[in-house]
Amino acid sequence: MATLNVSVVSADQEVWSGEADMVVARTVEGEIGILPGHEPLLAILAGGEVRVTLAGGEKITANAEEGFLSVQSNVVQVVASRAALV
Amino acid sequence: MGAQLRVYRQKIKTAQTTKKITKAMELIAASRIQKAQARVTASTPYSRAITRAVSAVATYSNVEHVLTTEPEKIERAAVVILTSDRGLAGAFNSQVLREAEELSELLRSQGKEVVYFLVGRKAVGYFAFRRRASEQQWTGSSENPEFELAKDIAETVLEAFLRDASDGGVDEIHIVYNRFVSMMTQTPEVVRMLPLEVVEGVEGPDATVQPLYEFEPDVGTVLDSLLPVYIESRIFNALLQSAAAKHAATQKAMKSASDNADKLITDYTRLANNARQAEITQQISEIVGGADALVAAK
Repeated sequence: MATLNVSVVSADQEVWSGEADMVVARTVEGEIGILPGHEPLLAILAGGEVRVTLAGGEKITANAEEGFLSVQSNVVQVVASRAALV
Repeated sequence: MGAQLRVYRQKIKTAQTTKKITKAMELIAASRIQKAQARVTASTPYSRAITRAVSAVATYSNVEHVLTTEPEKIERAAVVILTSDRGLAGAFNSQVLREAEELSELLRSQGKEVVYFLVGRKAVGYFAFRRRASEQQWTGSSENPEFELAKDIAETVLEAFLRDASDGGVDEIHIVYNRFVSMMTQTPEVVRMLPLEVVEGVEGPDATVQPLYEFEPDVGTVLDSLLPVYIESRIFNALLQSAAAKHAATQKAMKSASDNADKLITDYTRLANNARQAEITQQISEIVGGADALVAAK
């Protein structure tokens, strides 16, 4: 099964990157879940948690503020001026 | 006795103390370059991601935005000048200021009024000395720029850009800064930041079949929040480059200062040795002459 290539970046560094099965983020319109094969998307994030589920079922949570989420051919980028792992 | 010698010894001592200082500054700058460079590298993923997103919007939609449209008539142009807070960096500040002057000259010849936004104490000092006005100034954190500073600058220039020209707003924004090319070279660079020229993203394999790009909430809103962020990241990158370039320039300047001091010390040591030898020779000839005179008088 295809996996997502996820990276979480803040203005001054790359916070986290790796392979994942699912990404859940909060956009201005509500929560959105991204699975492999998602259509290309560019969304504005509302401040809050981004949850990344790894292949083994392990979960990684990051706080992201003022940013956006871009998805294109299984590459997911969470870009925020401030972001930190929880 | 030995007045000459004493003067030379004093000069040697001065050169030695100066060298100690410049050497220390050189080492400090060298260690800071590494850090500054690491910050430039660390911020690259962010700017790359934003550039990709902007070009995605530009490629997959054809929406017009106020930040990307060229105004019909440009009355006033803003120039953001990034300098350092401290000197002792060789031509670092003067070359960026010279570049800014050339740019202003060019803009004025095109019939535009020029307003300035200054970053760094050196630019502020340069303008104050010439009694020239500037719109806004930021000082004190050019050595280790925080993202907040970039954000503040971006907000200020965007606000000026979005204001009407009759209200004192500007129609064009340029930024002048030193780009870190390598340890040895830092080149002043002029970039027109606004209105944005969005470089079309790389065309997909088949231009006729574009993937359906989804924007949330919609293209206009996404662009609204994306473009200011893009500007911020450009400014942040320029700040970081300028900081790294400043440290490199300091290191270079301090290295040549230390080398110079070394040369001075050698030169003065030679002269001092000469003077000492001359003194000894004179004393000997005086003694020999005196003895001869005594022998002859007997």
